[in-house]
Amino acid sequence: MKRQKMKVKYNWLEVLLYLLPFLISIGLFTLWPIINVFVNSFLENLNLVTGKFQSIGFGNFIDIFTDPIFYSALKNTFLYMFTVVPISLLFALLFASLLSKKVKGTGFFQTAYFLPMVTSVTAVGLVWKWMYNADYGIFNYFLSLFHIDPINWLNDPAYVLPSLIIYGIWSILPFTIILLLAGLQNIDETYYTAAKVDGASSWSIFRKITLPLLSPTIGLVLVINIINTSKVFNELFPLFNGNPGPAGSLYTIVYYIFEKFQKSLDLGVASAAAIVLFFIVLIFTLVQRIIQKRIVK
Amino acid sequence: MKKLGIYTILIIGALVMMFPFIWMVLSALKGADEVLSMPPTWLPETFRFDNFAKALQTAPFAKYFINSVIVTVCVVGLTTFTTILAAFAFSRLKFPGRDIVFTFFVSLMMVPWEMLVITNYTTMSNLNLLDSLPALIVPFAASIFYTYILRNFFLSIPDALYYSARMDGASNWQYLWKVMVPIAKPAIFTITLLNAIAAWNSFLWPLLVISSSANRTLPLGLYVFITEGGVKYELLTAAATIVIIPILILFLFTKKYIIAGTARGGVKG
Repeated sequence: MKRQKMKVKYNWLEVLLYLLPFLISIGLFTLWPIINVFVNSFLENLNLVTGKFQSIGFGNFIDIFTDPIFYSALKNTFLYMFTVVPISLLFALLFASLLSKKVKGTGFFQTAYFLPMVTSVTAVGLVWKWMYNADYGIFNYFLSLFHIDPINWLNDPAYVLPSLIIYGIWSILPFTIILLLAGLQNIDETYYTAAKVDGASSWSIFRKITLPLLSPTIGLVLVINIINTSKVFNELFPLFNGNPGPAGSLYTIVYYIFEKFQKSLDLGVASAAAIVLFFIVLIFTLVQRIIQKRIVK
Repeated sequence: MKKLGIYTILIIGALVMMFPFIWMVLSALKGADEVLSMPPTWLPETFRFDNFAKALQTAPFAKYFINSVIVTVCVVGLTTFTTILAAFAFSRLKFPGRDIVFTFFVSLMMVPWEMLVITNYTTMSNLNLLDSLPALIVPFAASIFYTYILRNFFLSIPDALYYSARMDGASNWQYLWKVMVPIAKPAIFTITLLNAIAAWNSFLWPLLVISSSANRTLPLGLYVFITEGGVKYELLTAAATIVIIPILILFLFTKKYIIAGTARGGVKG
Protein backbone atom coordinates (compact mmCIF):
# COMPACT_ATOMS: atom_id res chain seq x y z
CA MET A 1 0.00 0.00 0.00
CA LYS A 2 1.20 3.39 -0.86
CA ARG A 3 1.04 5.69 2.11
CA GLN A 4 0.84 9.21 1.05
CA LYS A 5 1.90 11.95 3.37
CA MET A 6 -0.21 14.99 3.08
CA LYS A 7 1.80 17.14 0.79
CA VAL A 8 2.18 20.70 1.96
CA LYS A 9 2.35 23.08 -0.90
CA TYR A 10 3.92 26.43 -0.64
CA ASN A 11 4.35 29.12 -3.15
CA TRP A 12 7.35 31.33 -2.48
CA LEU A 13 5.87 34.25 -4.33
CA GLU A 14 2.73 34.15 -2.24
CA VAL A 15 4.65 33.83 1.03
CA LEU A 16 6.82 36.74 0.02
CA LEU A 17 3.85 38.95 -0.81
CA TYR A 18 2.30 38.35 2.60
CA LEU A 19 5.55 39.05 4.38
CA LEU A 20 6.86 41.90 2.24
CA PRO A 21 5.30 44.88 4.08
CA PHE A 22 6.44 43.46 7.42
CA LEU A 23 9.93 42.60 6.15
CA ILE A 24 10.54 46.00 4.55
CA SER A 25 9.38 47.91 7.62
CA ILE A 26 11.14 45.78 10.22
CA GLY A 27 14.22 45.50 8.02
CA LEU A 28 14.56 49.23 7.59
CA PHE A 29 13.54 50.40 11.06
CA THR A 30 14.64 47.58 13.35
CA LEU A 31 17.19 45.30 11.72
CA TRP A 32 19.28 47.94 9.95
CA PRO A 33 19.44 50.24 13.01
CA ILE A 34 20.70 47.36 15.16
CA ILE A 35 23.52 46.59 12.73
CA ASN A 36 24.25 50.26 12.22
CA VAL A 37 24.47 51.08 15.92
CA PHE A 38 26.93 48.23 16.49
CA VAL A 39 29.09 49.43 13.59
CA ASN A 40 28.87 53.09 14.60
CA SER A 41 29.91 52.37 18.16
CA PHE A 42 33.36 51.38 16.84
CA LEU A 43 33.80 54.38 14.54
CA GLU A 44 35.76 57.11 16.27
CA ASN A 45 34.91 60.79 15.74
CA LEU A 46 32.04 59.93 13.45
CA ASN A 47 30.47 62.93 11.77
CA LEU A 48 26.69 62.85 11.84
CA VAL A 49 26.28 64.87 8.65
CA THR A 50 29.04 63.57 6.37
CA GLY A 51 29.24 60.05 7.81
CA LYS A 52 33.03 60.30 7.79
CA PHE A 53 35.07 58.93 10.68
CA GLN A 54 38.69 59.09 11.81
CA SER A 55 39.50 55.59 12.94
CA ILE A 56 38.10 52.26 14.06
CA GLY A 57 38.46 51.08 17.64
CA PHE A 58 37.16 51.14 21.17
CA GLY A 59 37.57 54.91 21.50
CA ASN A 60 33.85 55.58 22.02
CA PHE A 61 33.61 53.00 24.78
CA ILE A 62 36.74 54.42 26.42
CA ASP A 63 35.11 57.84 26.16
CA ILE A 64 31.93 56.86 27.96
CA PHE A 65 33.66 54.79 30.62
CA THR A 66 35.97 57.68 31.46
CA ASP A 67 33.08 60.15 31.49
CA PRO A 68 31.90 60.90 35.07
CA ILE A 69 28.50 61.91 33.67
CA PHE A 70 28.01 58.41 32.24
CA TYR A 71 28.75 56.89 35.66
CA SER A 72 26.30 59.30 37.22
CA ALA A 73 23.73 58.22 34.58
CA LEU A 74 24.37 54.55 35.42
CA LYS A 75 24.13 55.25 39.15
CA ASN A 76 20.85 57.20 38.86
CA THR A 77 19.32 54.60 36.55
CA PHE A 78 20.19 51.72 38.87
CA LEU A 79 19.11 53.60 42.01
CA TYR A 80 15.80 54.36 40.30
CA MET A 81 15.45 50.72 39.19
CA PHE A 82 16.29 49.16 42.56
CA THR A 83 13.89 51.36 44.50
CA VAL A 84 10.95 51.64 42.09
CA VAL A 85 10.81 47.93 41.22
CA PRO A 86 10.68 46.37 44.72
CA ILE A 87 8.52 49.08 46.32
CA SER A 88 5.97 48.97 43.49
CA LEU A 89 5.95 45.17 43.75
CA LEU A 90 5.01 45.31 47.45
CA PHE A 91 2.16 47.76 46.86
CA ALA A 92 1.02 45.82 43.79
CA LEU A 93 0.93 42.57 45.79
CA LEU A 94 -1.27 44.22 48.41
CA PHE A 95 -3.71 45.76 45.92
CA ALA A 96 -3.77 42.80 43.53
CA SER A 97 -4.56 40.32 46.30
CA LEU A 98 -7.36 42.57 47.59
CA LEU A 99 -8.74 43.19 44.10
CA SER A 100 -8.73 39.46 43.36
CA LYS A 101 -11.17 38.94 46.24
CA LYS A 102 -14.80 39.25 45.35
CA VAL A 103 -15.32 42.96 45.91
CA LYS A 104 -18.10 45.20 44.72
CA GLY A 105 -17.32 48.11 42.44
CA THR A 106 -14.74 46.28 40.34
CA GLY A 107 -15.39 48.64 37.43
CA PHE A 108 -14.62 51.68 39.58
CA PHE A 109 -11.49 50.16 41.09
CA GLN A 110 -10.23 49.05 37.67
CA THR A 111 -10.58 52.58 36.34
CA ALA A 112 -8.97 54.12 39.42
CA TYR A 113 -6.02 51.74 39.56
CA PHE A 114 -5.30 51.25 35.85
CA LEU A 115 -5.92 54.69 34.36
CA PRO A 116 -2.32 55.92 34.91
CA MET A 117 -1.14 53.16 32.58
CA VAL A 118 -2.81 54.62 29.49
CA THR A 119 -2.45 58.35 30.08
CA SER A 120 0.29 60.43 28.47
CA VAL A 121 3.49 60.64 30.53
CA THR A 122 3.85 64.25 29.41
CA ALA A 123 0.39 65.31 30.60
CA VAL A 124 0.55 63.39 33.86
CA GLY A 125 4.16 64.43 34.48
CA LEU A 126 3.08 68.04 34.19
CA VAL A 127 0.49 67.49 36.90
CA TRP A 128 3.18 65.93 39.13
CA LYS A 129 5.40 68.92 38.49
CA TRP A 130 2.56 71.10 39.73
CA MET A 131 1.99 68.94 42.81
CA TYR A 132 5.74 69.06 43.56
CA ASN A 133 5.83 72.87 43.26
CA ALA A 134 7.87 74.22 46.20
CA ASP A 135 5.70 77.27 46.92
CA TYR A 136 2.18 76.31 45.89
CA GLY A 137 2.32 72.53 45.50
CA ILE A 138 -0.16 70.30 47.27
CA PHE A 139 2.59 67.97 48.58
CA ASN A 140 4.24 70.72 50.60
CA TYR A 141 0.79 71.68 51.88
CA PHE A 142 0.30 68.10 53.12
CA LEU A 143 3.73 68.27 54.79
CA SER A 144 2.81 71.56 56.45
CA LEU A 145 -0.17 69.83 58.09
CA PHE A 146 2.41 67.70 59.92
CA HIS A 147 4.58 70.77 60.62
CA ILE A 148 7.26 69.64 58.19
CA ASP A 149 9.17 72.38 56.39
CA PRO A 150 8.50 72.67 52.65
CA ILE A 151 10.77 70.62 50.42
CA ASN A 152 12.18 71.95 47.18
CA TRP A 153 11.28 68.71 45.41
CA LEU A 154 12.44 69.52 41.90
CA ASN A 155 15.28 71.98 42.52
CA ASP A 156 17.19 70.53 45.46
CA PRO A 157 19.62 67.91 44.07
CA ALA A 158 19.12 65.87 47.25
CA TYR A 159 15.40 65.46 46.50
CA VAL A 160 15.21 65.15 42.72
CA LEU A 161 15.84 61.41 42.62
CA PRO A 162 13.29 60.69 45.40
CA SER A 163 10.78 62.87 43.52
CA LEU A 164 11.35 60.91 40.33
CA ILE A 165 11.11 57.63 42.26
CA ILE A 166 7.77 58.47 43.91
CA TYR A 167 6.34 59.43 40.52
CA GLY A 168 7.89 56.30 38.98
CA ILE A 169 6.29 53.99 41.54
CA TRP A 170 2.89 55.55 40.95
CA SER A 171 3.19 55.22 37.18
CA ILE A 172 4.45 51.62 37.12
CA LEU A 173 1.89 50.32 39.67
CA PRO A 174 -1.07 49.74 37.28
CA PHE A 175 0.92 47.52 34.94
CA THR A 176 2.39 45.59 37.88
CA ILE A 177 -1.04 45.06 39.47
CA ILE A 178 -2.51 43.79 36.17
CA LEU A 179 0.20 41.17 35.72
CA LEU A 180 -0.09 40.00 39.34
CA LEU A 181 -3.90 39.85 39.08
CA ALA A 182 -3.58 37.65 36.00
CA GLY A 183 -1.22 35.41 37.94
CA LEU A 184 -3.59 35.26 40.91
CA GLN A 185 -6.51 34.31 38.69
CA ASN A 186 -4.54 31.33 37.42
CA ILE A 187 -4.28 29.85 40.89
CA ASP A 188 -6.77 27.03 41.34
CA GLU A 189 -9.67 27.88 43.69
CA THR A 190 -9.51 24.45 45.30
CA TYR A 191 -6.25 25.28 47.08
CA TYR A 192 -7.99 28.08 48.94
CA THR A 193 -11.11 26.07 49.67
CA ALA A 194 -9.01 23.26 51.12
CA ALA A 195 -6.99 25.68 53.24
CA LYS A 196 -10.14 27.35 54.56
CA VAL A 197 -11.61 23.99 55.50
CA ASP A 198 -8.43 23.36 57.48
CA GLY A 199 -9.04 26.66 59.26
CA ALA A 200 -5.95 28.51 57.99
CA SER A 201 -5.79 32.26 58.57
CA SER A 202 -5.74 34.71 55.66
CA TRP A 203 -2.12 35.60 56.33
CA SER A 204 -0.95 32.01 56.38
CA ILE A 205 -2.98 31.26 53.23
CA PHE A 206 -1.24 34.19 51.55
CA ARG A 207 2.20 33.13 52.76
CA LYS A 208 1.94 29.38 52.24
CA ILE A 209 -0.28 29.14 49.14
CA THR A 210 -0.56 32.40 47.24
CA LEU A 211 3.05 33.50 47.44
CA PRO A 212 4.69 30.21 46.34
CA LEU A 213 2.17 29.68 43.50
CA LEU A 214 2.54 33.28 42.42
CA SER A 215 6.34 33.29 42.53
CA PRO A 216 6.88 32.63 38.78
CA THR A 217 4.63 35.61 37.96
CA ILE A 218 6.44 37.73 40.53
CA GLY A 219 9.75 36.80 38.93
CA LEU A 220 8.44 37.74 35.52
CA VAL A 221 7.04 41.05 36.76
CA LEU A 222 10.34 41.92 38.43
CA VAL A 223 12.32 41.33 35.27
CA ILE A 224 9.91 43.24 32.98
CA ASN A 225 9.87 46.17 35.38
CA ILE A 226 13.66 46.13 35.65
CA ILE A 227 13.87 46.33 31.85
CA ASN A 228 11.29 49.13 31.69
CA THR A 229 12.87 51.18 34.48
CA SER A 230 16.33 50.82 32.90
CA LYS A 231 14.95 53.02 30.11
CA VAL A 232 13.68 55.83 32.36
CA PHE A 233 13.67 58.99 30.28
CA ASN A 234 10.25 60.36 29.28
CA GLU A 235 9.43 61.14 32.92
CA LEU A 236 12.32 63.61 33.14
CA PHE A 237 10.97 65.94 30.49
CA PRO A 238 7.84 67.37 32.05
CA LEU A 239 9.35 67.40 35.54
CA PHE A 240 12.57 69.23 34.71
CA ASN A 241 11.74 71.14 31.51
CA GLY A 242 13.78 68.73 29.43
CA ASN A 243 16.89 68.96 31.59
CA PRO A 244 18.45 66.04 33.44
CA GLY A 245 17.52 67.55 36.80
CA PRO A 246 18.93 70.78 38.28
CA ALA A 247 22.65 71.23 37.50
CA GLY A 248 22.73 67.93 35.61
CA SER A 249 22.12 65.97 38.81
CA LEU A 250 19.70 63.48 37.28
CA TYR A 251 21.21 61.97 34.13
CA THR A 252 19.88 58.54 33.15
CA ILE A 253 21.29 56.15 30.54
CA VAL A 254 18.71 57.00 27.89
CA TYR A 255 19.02 60.71 28.62
CA TYR A 256 22.78 60.38 28.14
CA ILE A 257 22.24 58.70 24.74
CA PHE A 258 19.71 61.37 23.80
CA GLU A 259 22.04 64.22 24.75
CA LYS A 260 25.12 62.79 23.02
CA PHE A 261 23.09 62.32 19.88
CA GLN A 262 20.72 65.26 19.81
CA LYS A 263 22.79 68.00 21.45
CA SER A 264 26.45 67.02 20.91
CA LEU A 265 25.80 65.27 17.55
CA ASP A 266 28.29 62.65 18.75
CA LEU A 267 26.93 59.63 16.91
CA GLY A 268 29.71 57.21 17.86
CA VAL A 269 29.54 57.89 21.60
CA ALA A 270 25.71 57.79 21.57
CA SER A 271 25.88 54.41 19.81
CA ALA A 272 28.38 53.06 22.34
CA ALA A 273 26.10 54.13 25.20
CA ALA A 274 23.17 52.50 23.40
CA ILE A 275 25.17 49.26 23.20
CA VAL A 276 25.70 49.38 26.98
CA LEU A 277 21.93 49.81 27.46
CA PHE A 278 21.38 46.91 25.07
CA PHE A 279 23.55 44.58 27.14
CA ILE A 280 21.83 45.59 30.37
CA VAL A 281 18.43 44.81 28.80
CA LEU A 282 19.79 41.64 27.15
CA ILE A 283 20.93 40.16 30.45
CA PHE A 284 17.57 40.76 32.11
CA THR A 285 15.66 39.54 29.04
CA LEU A 286 17.55 36.26 29.11
CA VAL A 287 16.60 35.90 32.78
CA GLN A 288 12.98 36.62 31.80
CA ARG A 289 13.02 33.91 29.11
CA ILE A 290 14.22 31.34 31.63
CA ILE A 291 11.51 32.31 34.12
CA GLN A 292 8.82 32.29 31.44
CA LYS A 293 9.83 28.79 30.32
CA ARG A 294 9.38 27.65 33.90
CA ILE A 295 5.90 29.15 34.01
CA VAL A 296 4.90 27.26 30.89
CA LYS A 297 6.07 24.03 32.53
CA MET B 1 -15.38 43.65 59.79
CA LYS B 2 -12.81 42.05 57.52
CA LYS B 3 -14.67 43.25 54.44
CA LEU B 4 -14.62 46.74 55.83
CA GLY B 5 -10.82 46.61 56.12
CA ILE B 6 -10.48 45.44 52.52
CA TYR B 7 -12.68 48.23 51.22
CA THR B 8 -10.90 50.84 53.31
CA ILE B 9 -7.48 49.90 51.91
CA LEU B 10 -8.81 49.63 48.35
CA ILE B 11 -10.51 53.03 48.53
CA ILE B 12 -7.42 54.70 50.00
CA GLY B 13 -5.35 53.12 47.21
CA ALA B 14 -7.86 54.26 44.59
CA LEU B 15 -7.76 57.82 45.94
CA VAL B 16 -3.94 57.88 45.83
CA MET B 17 -3.89 56.56 42.26
CA MET B 18 -6.61 58.98 41.15
CA PHE B 19 -5.30 61.97 43.08
CA PRO B 20 -3.16 63.51 40.29
CA PHE B 21 -6.17 63.37 37.96
CA ILE B 22 -8.54 64.83 40.56
CA TRP B 23 -6.09 67.60 41.41
CA MET B 24 -5.53 68.28 37.72
CA VAL B 25 -9.23 68.86 37.05
CA LEU B 26 -9.74 70.89 40.25
CA SER B 27 -6.75 73.12 39.40
CA ALA B 28 -7.95 73.52 35.83
CA LEU B 29 -11.23 74.98 37.10
CA LYS B 30 -9.72 77.59 39.42
CA GLY B 31 -8.97 81.26 38.83
CA ALA B 32 -5.40 82.50 38.34
CA ASP B 33 -5.13 83.76 41.95
CA GLU B 34 -6.99 80.94 43.57
CA VAL B 35 -4.78 78.27 42.04
CA LEU B 36 -1.78 79.81 43.83
CA SER B 37 -3.46 80.25 47.21
CA MET B 38 -1.82 78.72 50.24
CA PRO B 39 -3.39 76.84 51.94
CA PRO B 40 -5.02 75.62 48.73
CA THR B 41 -8.78 75.49 48.34
CA TRP B 42 -10.21 72.10 47.48
CA LEU B 43 -13.25 72.98 45.40
CA PRO B 44 -12.93 76.01 43.11
CA GLU B 45 -14.82 79.09 44.38
CA THR B 46 -16.34 79.44 40.94
CA PHE B 47 -15.90 76.86 38.23
CA ARG B 48 -13.80 78.57 35.56
CA PHE B 49 -14.66 76.56 32.49
CA ASP B 50 -13.22 79.36 30.36
CA ASN B 51 -9.73 78.11 31.34
CA PHE B 52 -10.15 75.41 28.73
CA ALA B 53 -11.02 77.95 26.06
CA LYS B 54 -8.05 80.11 27.16
CA ALA B 55 -5.66 77.15 27.03
CA LEU B 56 -6.91 76.28 23.55
CA GLN B 57 -6.23 79.86 22.47
CA THR B 58 -2.74 80.16 23.94
CA ALA B 59 -1.40 77.28 21.85
CA PRO B 60 -2.74 75.64 18.68
CA PHE B 61 -4.01 72.60 20.55
CA ALA B 62 -6.72 72.02 17.96
CA LYS B 63 -3.99 71.64 15.33
CA TYR B 64 -1.98 69.33 17.64
CA PHE B 65 -5.11 67.32 18.26
CA ILE B 66 -5.74 66.85 14.53
CA ASN B 67 -2.09 65.86 14.00
CA SER B 68 -2.33 63.31 16.80
CA VAL B 69 -5.49 61.85 15.31
CA ILE B 70 -3.93 61.61 11.81
CA VAL B 71 -0.76 59.97 13.13
CA THR B 72 -2.62 57.54 15.38
CA VAL B 73 -5.10 56.50 12.71
CA CYS B 74 -2.37 55.98 10.08
CA VAL B 75 -0.04 54.08 12.42
CA VAL B 76 -2.83 51.83 13.66
CA GLY B 77 -4.20 51.22 10.16
CA LEU B 78 -0.81 50.38 8.68
CA THR B 79 0.37 48.26 11.59
CA THR B 80 -2.86 46.31 11.79
CA PHE B 81 -2.69 45.53 8.06
CA THR B 82 0.96 44.45 8.02
CA THR B 83 0.45 42.54 11.26
CA ILE B 84 -2.50 40.54 9.93
CA LEU B 85 -0.61 39.59 6.77
CA ALA B 86 2.60 38.66 8.57
CA ALA B 87 0.82 36.78 11.36
CA PHE B 88 -1.05 34.77 8.71
CA ALA B 89 2.13 33.89 6.84
CA PHE B 90 3.93 32.93 10.04
CA SER B 91 1.06 30.81 11.33
CA ARG B 92 -0.73 29.30 8.34
CA LEU B 93 1.42 29.34 5.23
CA LYS B 94 3.93 26.52 5.29
CA PHE B 95 7.37 27.32 4.03
CA PRO B 96 10.76 25.94 5.00
CA GLY B 97 12.51 27.82 7.80
CA ARG B 98 9.34 29.59 8.86
CA ASP B 99 9.67 29.03 12.57
CA ILE B 100 13.39 29.81 12.60
CA VAL B 101 12.78 33.10 10.81
CA PHE B 102 9.99 33.95 13.21
CA THR B 103 12.07 33.10 16.29
CA PHE B 104 14.76 35.37 14.90
CA PHE B 105 12.30 38.27 14.67
CA VAL B 106 10.94 37.59 18.14
CA SER B 107 14.48 37.75 19.52
CA LEU B 108 14.76 41.26 18.08
CA MET B 109 12.03 42.37 20.49
CA MET B 110 14.56 42.52 23.29
CA VAL B 111 16.43 45.34 21.58
CA PRO B 112 15.34 48.55 23.30
CA TRP B 113 13.64 50.95 20.92
CA GLU B 114 15.70 53.78 22.38
CA MET B 115 18.75 52.13 20.80
CA LEU B 116 17.24 52.21 17.30
CA VAL B 117 16.28 55.87 17.50
CA ILE B 118 19.72 57.12 16.47
CA THR B 119 19.77 55.35 13.10
CA ASN B 120 16.08 55.89 12.44
CA TYR B 121 16.64 59.61 12.80
CA THR B 122 19.37 59.46 10.13
CA THR B 123 17.12 57.34 7.90
CA MET B 124 14.32 59.88 8.20
CA SER B 125 16.79 62.60 7.34
CA ASN B 126 17.96 60.66 4.26
CA LEU B 127 14.35 60.13 3.17
CA ASN B 128 13.80 63.88 3.57
CA LEU B 129 10.98 63.23 5.99
CA LEU B 130 12.27 65.14 9.02
CA ASP B 131 9.73 67.53 10.49
CA SER B 132 6.74 66.01 8.73
CA LEU B 133 3.84 63.85 9.86
CA PRO B 134 4.98 60.85 7.75
CA ALA B 135 8.13 60.80 9.94
CA LEU B 136 5.85 59.90 12.83
CA ILE B 137 4.09 57.19 10.85
CA VAL B 138 6.50 55.41 8.51
CA PRO B 139 8.84 53.90 11.16
CA PHE B 140 5.86 52.31 12.94
CA ALA B 141 4.25 50.58 9.96
CA ALA B 142 4.94 47.12 11.39
CA SER B 143 5.42 45.63 14.83
CA ILE B 144 7.06 42.38 15.83
CA PHE B 145 5.28 42.45 19.19
CA TYR B 146 1.75 42.71 17.79
CA THR B 147 2.58 40.16 15.07
CA TYR B 148 3.72 37.82 17.83
CA ILE B 149 0.46 38.24 19.76
CA LEU B 150 -1.74 37.79 16.67
CA ARG B 151 0.26 34.83 15.38
CA ASN B 152 -0.29 33.04 18.69
CA PHE B 153 -4.00 33.69 18.34
CA PHE B 154 -4.07 32.50 14.71
CA LEU B 155 -2.29 29.30 15.75
CA SER B 156 -5.13 28.53 18.14
CA ILE B 157 -7.61 28.44 15.25
CA PRO B 158 -8.00 24.76 14.26
CA ASP B 159 -6.26 23.53 11.09
CA ALA B 160 -9.39 21.64 10.04
CA LEU B 161 -11.11 24.93 9.30
CA TYR B 162 -8.32 25.85 6.92
CA TYR B 163 -8.28 22.57 5.03
CA SER B 164 -12.03 22.46 4.60
CA ALA B 165 -12.07 26.05 3.32
CA ARG B 166 -9.27 25.26 0.89
CA MET B 167 -11.13 22.14 -0.18
CA ASP B 168 -14.11 24.35 -1.00
CA GLY B 169 -11.87 26.29 -3.31
CA ALA B 170 -11.14 29.31 -1.15
CA SER B 171 -7.80 30.99 -1.75
CA ASN B 172 -5.48 31.84 1.14
CA TRP B 173 -6.44 35.46 0.73
CA GLN B 174 -10.17 34.73 0.97
CA TYR B 175 -9.64 32.36 3.88
CA LEU B 176 -7.66 35.00 5.78
CA TRP B 177 -10.22 37.79 5.42
CA LYS B 178 -13.42 35.75 5.47
CA VAL B 179 -12.63 33.19 8.16
CA MET B 180 -9.56 34.02 10.21
CA VAL B 181 -9.93 37.77 10.65
CA PRO B 182 -13.59 37.54 11.81
CA ILE B 183 -12.65 34.83 14.32
CA ALA B 184 -9.67 36.84 15.54
CA LYS B 185 -11.65 40.07 15.94
CA PRO B 186 -11.18 40.35 19.74
CA ALA B 187 -7.42 39.81 19.41
CA ILE B 188 -7.16 42.30 16.55
CA PHE B 189 -9.23 44.81 18.51
CA THR B 190 -6.92 44.43 21.50
CA ILE B 191 -3.70 45.01 19.56
CA THR B 192 -5.36 47.95 17.81
CA LEU B 193 -6.16 49.52 21.18
CA LEU B 194 -2.70 48.99 22.66
CA ASN B 195 -1.18 50.33 19.47
CA ALA B 196 -3.43 53.39 19.43
CA ILE B 197 -2.61 54.28 23.04
CA ALA B 198 1.13 53.92 22.38
CA ALA B 199 0.90 56.07 19.24
CA TRP B 200 -1.24 58.71 20.95
CA ASN B 201 1.17 59.06 23.89
CA SER B 202 4.42 58.81 21.91
CA PHE B 203 6.86 61.51 23.00
CA LEU B 204 10.57 60.75 22.46
CA TRP B 205 10.29 60.21 18.70
CA PRO B 206 8.20 63.32 17.92
CA LEU B 207 10.55 65.32 20.14
CA LEU B 208 13.47 64.22 17.95
CA VAL B 209 12.03 64.54 14.46
CA ILE B 210 9.50 67.38 14.72
CA SER B 211 10.74 70.95 14.87
CA SER B 212 7.95 73.18 13.59
CA SER B 213 4.82 73.97 15.52
CA ALA B 214 2.53 72.94 12.66
CA ASN B 215 3.63 69.29 12.91
CA ARG B 216 3.48 68.81 16.67
CA THR B 217 1.35 66.11 18.22
CA LEU B 218 -0.52 66.66 21.49
CA PRO B 219 2.10 65.36 23.96
CA LEU B 220 4.87 67.30 22.21
CA GLY B 221 2.72 70.42 21.91
CA LEU B 222 1.85 70.18 25.59
CA TYR B 223 5.52 69.79 26.50
CA VAL B 224 6.46 72.91 24.53
CA PHE B 225 3.55 74.67 26.19
CA ILE B 226 4.91 73.69 29.62
CA THR B 227 8.42 74.93 28.89
CA GLU B 228 7.46 78.09 27.04
CA GLY B 229 4.14 78.90 28.62
CA GLY B 230 5.47 80.04 31.98
CA VAL B 231 3.77 79.11 35.23
CA LYS B 232 0.07 79.58 34.61
CA TYR B 233 -0.87 76.35 36.30
CA GLU B 234 -4.61 76.72 35.82
CA LEU B 235 -4.03 76.83 32.04
CA LEU B 236 -1.38 74.09 32.09
CA THR B 237 -3.66 71.70 33.96
CA ALA B 238 -6.52 72.63 31.64
CA ALA B 239 -4.31 71.69 28.66
CA ALA B 240 -3.27 68.44 30.36
CA THR B 241 -6.94 67.62 30.91
CA ILE B 242 -7.64 68.15 27.22
CA VAL B 243 -4.83 65.73 26.32
CA ILE B 244 -5.98 63.07 28.77
CA ILE B 245 -9.75 63.13 28.14
CA PRO B 246 -9.81 61.23 24.79
CA ILE B 247 -7.74 58.41 26.28
CA LEU B 248 -9.86 58.41 29.43
CA ILE B 249 -13.03 57.96 27.38
CA LEU B 250 -11.43 55.24 25.28
CA PHE B 251 -10.25 53.52 28.44
CA LEU B 252 -13.67 53.62 30.11
CA PHE B 253 -15.28 51.85 27.17
CA THR B 254 -12.56 49.33 26.40
CA LYS B 255 -10.81 48.64 29.68
CA LYS B 256 -11.73 44.96 29.56
CA TYR B 257 -9.70 44.53 26.36
CA ILE B 258 -6.84 46.77 27.46
CA ILE B 259 -6.44 44.94 30.77
CA ALA B 260 -6.65 41.50 29.15
CA GLY B 261 -4.24 42.51 26.41
CA THR B 262 -1.74 43.89 28.90
CA ALA B 263 -1.96 40.76 31.01
CA ARG B 264 -1.44 38.53 27.98
CA GLY B 265 1.35 40.45 26.36
CA GLY B 266 3.24 41.08 29.54
CA VAL B 267 5.20 43.83 27.85
CA LYS B 268 4.54 47.50 28.25
CA GLY B 269 4.76 49.56 25.05
